[in-house]
Amino acid sequence: MKKVFLYIMGLTLASTQMKAQETVYPAPAQKGRIYLTHATIHVGNGLVVEDGTIAFENGKIVAVGANVPIPQGDVKVFDVKGQHIYPGVIVPDSNLGLTEVEAVRSTNDYEEVGEINPSVRSLVSYNTDSKVINTLRSNGILLAQTTPQGGLISGTSSVVQLDAWNWEDAAYKKDNGFHFFMPRLMARTNPYAGPGGMPLSGSDPVKAALEEIEGVKAFFREAKAYNELGQHAETNLKYESIKGLFSKQQKLFIHCDLVKEILVAMDLAKEFGLDVVIVGGADSWMVANLLKQNNIPVILGQPHALPVTQDDDVDQPYKTAAQLQKAGVLFCIGNEGFWQQRNLTFNAGTAGAYGLTKEEALSAVTFNAAKILGIADKTGTLEVGKDANIVVSLGDILDMKTNHVTRAFIQGREISLDNKHKQLYERYKHKYSL
Amino acid sequence: MKSGTLFYENTRLVFGHAQRSFAWLAVGCCSLLMATAAQAQVTYPVNGVAEPKDGCYAFTHATLVKDAQTTLQNATLVVRNGKIVAAGAGTTIPKDAVVIDCQGKYIYPSFVDIYSDYGITAPSRAGGGGRRGAEPQFLSGTKGAYGWNQAIKSEVNAIDLFTVNEDKAKALREQGFGTVLTHQTDGIARGTGMVVTLANDRENKVIVKEKASAHYSFDKGTSTQDYPGSLMGTISLLRQSYLDAQWYKTAPAKEGVNLSLKAWNDIQQYPQIFEANDKWNVLRADKIGDEFGVQYIIKSGNNEYQRIKEIAGTNASFILAVNFPLAMDMEDPNDARFVSLSDMKHWELAPTEPAAFEKANINFCLTTSDLRDVKQFLAQVRKAIEYGLTEKKALESLTKTPASLLKINDKVGSLDAGKLANFLVTSGPIFAENTIIYQNWVQGNKYEVKADGWRDVRGTYTLSLTSGQQYTMEIKGSNTAPAVALLQKDTVNGKIGLTGQLVKLTLPLTKDSKQQLRLSGIAGISGWSGTGEDTAGKPVTWTAALTKPFVSKADTAKKKDAPKLGTVYYPFIGYGWETAPQQEVLLIKNATVWTNEKDGKLENTDVLVRGGKIAQIGKNLSGSGARVIDGTGKHLTPGIIDEHSHIAISRGVNEGTQSVTSEVRIADVVNPDDVNIYRQLSGGVTSSHLLHGSANTIGGQSQLIKLRWGANAEDLKFAGSDQFIKFALGENVKQSNWGDRQTTRFPQTRMGVEQLLADAFTRAKDYEKQGAGKRRDLELDALVEILNKKRFITCHSYVQSEINMLLKTAERFNFRINTFTHILEGYKVADKMKEHGAGASTFADWWAYKMEVQDAIPYNANIMQRVGLTVAINSDDAEMARRLNHEAAKSITYGDMDEQDALKLVTLNPAKLLHVADKTGSIKTGKDADLVLWNNHPLSIYAVAEKTIVDGIVYFDREQDLKLRTRIAEERSRLIRKMLGDKKSGAPTQRPTPTREEIYHCEDLQAGHVHHILSDSKAAF
Repeated sequence: MKKVFLYIMGLTLASTQMKAQETVYPAPAQKGRIYLTHATIHVGNGLVVEDGTIAFENGKIVAVGANVPIPQGDVKVFDVKGQHIYPGVIVPDSNLGLTEVEAVRSTNDYEEVGEINPSVRSLVSYNTDSKVINTLRSNGILLAQTTPQGGLISGTSSVVQLDAWNWEDAAYKKDNGFHFFMPRLMARTNPYAGPGGMPLSGSDPVKAALEEIEGVKAFFREAKAYNELGQHAETNLKYESIKGLFSKQQKLFIHCDLVKEILVAMDLAKEFGLDVVIVGGADSWMVANLLKQNNIPVILGQPHALPVTQDDDVDQPYKTAAQLQKAGVLFCIGNEGFWQQRNLTFNAGTAGAYGLTKEEALSAVTFNAAKILGIADKTGTLEVGKDANIVVSLGDILDMKTNHVTRAFIQGREISLDNKHKQLYERYKHKYSL
Repeated sequence: MKSGTLFYENTRLVFGHAQRSFAWLAVGCCSLLMATAAQAQVTYPVNGVAEPKDGCYAFTHATLVKDAQTTLQNATLVVRNGKIVAAGAGTTIPKDAVVIDCQGKYIYPSFVDIYSDYGITAPSRAGGGGRRGAEPQFLSGTKGAYGWNQAIKSEVNAIDLFTVNEDKAKALREQGFGTVLTHQTDGIARGTGMVVTLANDRENKVIVKEKASAHYSFDKGTSTQDYPGSLMGTISLLRQSYLDAQWYKTAPAKEGVNLSLKAWNDIQQYPQIFEANDKWNVLRADKIGDEFGVQYIIKSGNNEYQRIKEIAGTNASFILAVNFPLAMDMEDPNDARFVSLSDMKHWELAPTEPAAFEKANINFCLTTSDLRDVKQFLAQVRKAIEYGLTEKKALESLTKTPASLLKINDKVGSLDAGKLANFLVTSGPIFAENTIIYQNWVQGNKYEVKADGWRDVRGTYTLSLTSGQQYTMEIKGSNTAPAVALLQKDTVNGKIGLTGQLVKLTLPLTKDSKQQLRLSGIAGISGWSGTGEDTAGKPVTWTAALTKPFVSKADTAKKKDAPKLGTVYYPFIGYGWETAPQQEVLLIKNATVWTNEKDGKLENTDVLVRGGKIAQIGKNLSGSGARVIDGTGKHLTPGIIDEHSHIAISRGVNEGTQSVTSEVRIADVVNPDDVNIYRQLSGGVTSSHLLHGSANTIGGQSQLIKLRWGANAEDLKFAGSDQFIKFALGENVKQSNWGDRQTTRFPQTRMGVEQLLADAFTRAKDYEKQGAGKRRDLELDALVEILNKKRFITCHSYVQSEINMLLKTAERFNFRINTFTHILEGYKVADKMKEHGAGASTFADWWAYKMEVQDAIPYNANIMQRVGLTVAINSDDAEMARRLNHEAAKSITYGDMDEQDALKLVTLNPAKLLHVADKTGSIKTGKDADLVLWNNHPLSIYAVAEKTIVDGIVYFDREQDLKLRTRIAEERSRLIRKMLGDKKSGAPTQRPTPTREEIYHCEDLQAGHVHHILSDSKAAF
C-alpha cells in the first residue's frame, strides 16, 4: 500500500509542475506490471465489471475482472476506487496531425492536388508534435485514423496512437485503407438563386456525379487487372498502391451520406469484392436493413449536427446511431475536424441520450471503431491479450459533466495528460492568484 | 417590307370578294396597316397617297361588359379615332361606321398590366462574370453627376428607354392586355415608369402617360458596387436616401449637384411602387414607407396568403403575380425527400393567393410579371378563380384597379365614352374555360387574336347534289373545331376542313368508307356551294342550306368542385401551428427547481405560472384551473438565452461592405420562418440575441428575440429591451482570411482598427454638435446613441491586445463596452475587463480554426468568472445552440465550475449582459415564465428538454412534437400523391428542387450557407 501512495503523490506532483508543451514527453515503454483496482471497468463490448481490477504488462492486458489477485513483489498498483476505466477512445476519421491552424494554409497537409491519389499517404505528414493532440488525450482519446481529404480518392489513411516521437512510432496500423469521397447524387441548389432556390443551370449534377463514380470504378478495374500480373515494364504507382484492397488487406472507406450514394457504395463493394466502410452516412438510417444485409459498416458523422431537411425529426442526427444499432449494423461514431475530436465522447453521449445504452454508446467510440478500422485484434476493448490502451476517469467519460480523466495508458505506457490549455490555465491562475 | 406587300394583297383580297359582308371583313385578314395609316402622325411625311380615316366602327348586338359591375345585353359599342364614342344598349350607329355584328360575342375593356418591363431592355451587369472574388468597389460606377450608390437609379426614366416590341406586345394582347405600365426593373430605386398601349405603332403614338409611377425594390440588380451586400443594408440605404433627398432640398453647398437625389424628390409625386416579392418583404417595405409617409403599391410574392392578416394591416394596394409553382415530379422518393413540406404546401396553396386577398378585402391587381410564359396568364387566372377568386374581382383587378392606381382611369379600365378604344371581343365570358379572344382592339385598331370560330357554322344543313340526292348534314363540335356527320340510319362521322370561308368535306355514307362524297367549296353567308365527286367518283356540284342553327346548351362544362386544400401553418413549415398556442395557467409539480436566485436549487418544488409570469414557487402549491405538469424526477430551469445567435435572419447577417455600418439593423430582417427557432426550442432556448456578423469593425444593430414560434417578426422581438450593436475586431475585420484580392478596405491591421474606431467616434461627437440643418446620418446616429449610453456594444474579439485596445478607446470616448463576445483570450485580460465593467460571452471550447484563436482555452469561462466578470457561453451556430446546456457543462469538465454557476452561463448571465435580468434568466416570482423542463440533470449529456415554455406558453412539447412528426409524414404523403396525380393527368411538372434553408455564422458574407449535405458537391466528413 505504501507504493500506491507514492505513485499517487508522484502523479500529483507531476501535474502541478509547470511544463511547457515542449517538455510533455512521450512516455517510455512500460516496465513491470501495473494494476488498476477498485474501479468500474467498462470493457467496451457491453460488459461492465463493478469494483474490478485490470492488470497489464509489457503493454498488454493480462487480467481483467472482479477478483484479480495482486501478487506481492515489483508491481505498481493504482487504487482508483470509485473511478471508471474505459478502453482508449478511437477517433475513426480525422485530419488530426495533418493540420494545425485551419485558416492558415501553410499548416494544412491533408489535401493533395488531383482526383485519384490512392498512393498519397497521410502517415508521412502526421505531425506528432501538433499541439492539438494532447488536448484530445486528456479527454480519453488515445488513437485516431488520420485521413487525407480532397479529390475523389484522397489517399491512404493510417491509424496512429497519440503518444509518439515521430510518425513511425505513432503508426498503429499503417496504410489501413483508402478514401473515396463520393460526389453528391442530388440535384443541388443554386446559392445565388432567390427564395426556394433553383436547380443549378447547365449540366445535370447527378449525371456528372455518376460519370465521376464511373471513372473511379474504371480505375479499380484497371488497377485490378494490372495487379494480376507481377511484372510491368513501366510501373504504375497508383495501381500498385491499392493492391491490398483486392485482397481485403486494406479497406475502402467511402464517404457519402444520401441513400443513393450508399446504395452505389454497397454495389461497388459487391462488384469488386472489397471491404467497404461508409463514412458519414447521414441518411444511413433509411437503409439500415440493407446495410445489415450486406454487412457494410458505417462510421457515422457526428450526432451533433442539424437535421438534413426541414421536415426531418428535430433529433434525427441524435438518434441515427440507435436506429443503426437496432438494425444490427456495425457502426461507430465520428466527429468532424481535428481539434473538435475532444468532443467525440460527448457525441457518443448524445447518442446515449437518444436510444443507445451507455455501454452501446461507449462501444460506438471504442470497440466498434476498432473493428471498423481493422484494429480490434489489438484494441477497442479491455480484454486480455489486447494492448493496454486504457483511460481512467472520475465519472462517466461520455458526459461532460463527469468526464474527468485522471490517468491514461497507451500500450501500457502512462501518458502525460498535460496540454497547452492546462498550461495556459495554470499560467493565468497564477496571474490572478486563483 | 415583304410583309407590308402581303398586307396590301390581303386587304385587296378582302375588299374584292367580301364587300357585302362586314362580318367577313372583320374576320378576314388583318386591317392593321389600314388602321395605322388612318392615324398617321402629323409631322411625319407621307410616302404615297394619304389615306385619312376616322376609323369609326360600331360593334352591335354584343354582350357589353362595361366594367366588372355593369354588363349590358344586346348592346352597341361605337369607336372613332381610337376612342370610345358610345357604349350602351340604345346607341345610335353613325352612318359612316363600319358595323360589326357581334351577335353572341362579348366585349370587355382590355386589361391593364401594372407591372411590366415591356419595351425596355433589361440592362446587363457591367464586366459580365459576376462580382465574386473581385476587388471591392466602394462607390458607384455610374458616370455623371449622380449619387454615391449605383443601386439608386431614381434618375432613370422609362420613357427614355422605351421602344415598341411587337413580339412581346402580341403575346400580351393575346392574353387580353391593351395597356401596360412599364419600367426598367433594375436597382433599388429604379426611377419612373410609363404607361403605354400595346399598339403596333410608332413609340410617339402609344404613350398614355410619360411618367406614371416611381419604382423601388430590395434587389440591387446590376449594380457592381459592394454596398449594400445584404437585405438590411438595402433597407438602410433606402432609409438614408429618403433622408438625404429631404436634406438635398435645402441645396447644401457641400453636396454640389446630385441628379439622383434631385430625381428622387421629383418623382415622389407619382404612385410609388415597391417590388417586394415575399410576404415578409411586403411588411418590410410597408414599414419603410410608414417611416417616410409613403404608401407603396406593393408587388407581392405569391406567399402572402401565409400571413394575410399582417398583409391586410399594411393598407397597401398590391400587385399579384400568378406564376403559381408547378407540381414537382415526385416519382423518385429519394429526390422527393429533399423537398420540404413547406414547398409542397406552397405549391398547393399559392393559387389561393388572389382569393385570400379578395376575402381579406385587400385592393389588388394581377400582373403577367414573373410568368415563365405570358401565354399561361389566363389559364393561371382561371386557376385562381377555381381556387376561390370571383370572376368579378378578377376582372376588376385587371381593369379598374390598375387604372385607378395609376390615375389613368380617364383613359382605360372600362368601356366608357371618351376612353381609349382598348377592348376585347370574345366568344363568351372572358374567364370561362373555353372562351376565345377573337380580337383585341388597341386605340381603335384591330389586332386579331383568333379568327377561327368567329362565325359559328354549326347547325343542321340540307345538302343537295346536282345529281338529285339530298342528305341531312349536321355540323357539330366546337365553333373553332367543327365536326361533321351525315344523319341517316347509320350516322357516320365525316371530316370538315374550314380555311377562312373555304370548306372541304369528306362524307362517308357507310362505316367502311367504301362509299363517300368528297366536296369542296365555299361556306358562304347565304349558303354553301361547290363542286366535288359523288360516291361513284363522278363530278357533281352541290349546295347546302342551313335548316336549323346550332343551339348551344347552357354551359355544359362541369363546374369544377372547389379543390380540397390543406391548411396554412404558422409559420408556414412542417412544424408550424395550425392555431396559435395559448397562454395557460401551468402548475409544474414536484420538480428540482434551479432558481438561479439565492434559494439555489430547490428539490421537490412546485412552480405556478399564470398570465405568462411566474406566479408562485413553493411546496404543495395549488392553482385553480391550472394544467398540472408532473415534474417528479425532472428538472425545471430558466430558459436558455443565447447571447450570440444568427438564426431567424433573412438575406445576410453581414453588411460588411464598409468598415462602419452602424446604420443597418437586424430588426429589419427578422425571419420568423426559420425552422431553427423550433429546433432550438427543442434544446431549451427561449431567447436569442440576433447579431450582425463580424465582417467589419462597426457592424449593425442587433435584435433580441423570444422564441415565440409562429409569431411574426414584430411579435418575436423582446419588447422593451435595451438596444445593442455588434462590433468586431481581429482577423475578420481586417480581412485576413478573405483572399488576396480583399486587401484595400481600411483597416488591414489591428493598428488600423483602432484608428477606424477613433475616427468613427470623433465624427459622431462632431456630428452631435452640429446645429440645425445638418444632414441626418443614420450611421452616426447609432454611434451617438452609444456615446449617450442609449445603445450598447457586444464586440466580437479574440486576442488580448485588441481587447485592451477597445477598452482604452471606449474609455477615451467615455463609454463602456457592454459585452465582449467570443473573447477567447478574455482570460488574459479579465482583470482589465473587470475594471472597465465589461462582461464576456464566450465559446466553451473552440480553438485552432484560425491564427487568432491559437491561445483559446476551454478554461476561459472559469477564469473570467472567478476574476468576477459576468460570463456567458454562446453558440454563434444554429446547431450548437440546441445544446447550450451541454456547452455550459464543459465549464465543469474544464475547471470544475460549480454546477449552478455553470447553468447561469446560459441563463441568468446572458440575461444580465442583455439587460433583461429583471424579466428573465431566473425562476423568481413576477418574472417572465421562460422555463425548461428537463428529464435529467440539465447539465448532463443525457438531459433532454421535454417542455420549453416562453411567456407561459408551451412552445415545445416532446409529446406534441411526436404528433407533428406524424402530421408531417401524412401531409407530405398526401401532397406527393397529389403531385403524382397532376403528373399523371398530364400537367407540366418540374424537377424536384431541394429546399434551401439559410444558416449563418458570424463570418458568413452575404449568402450564408445551407446544410453541408445539401450544398457540398461531395461528402465532407
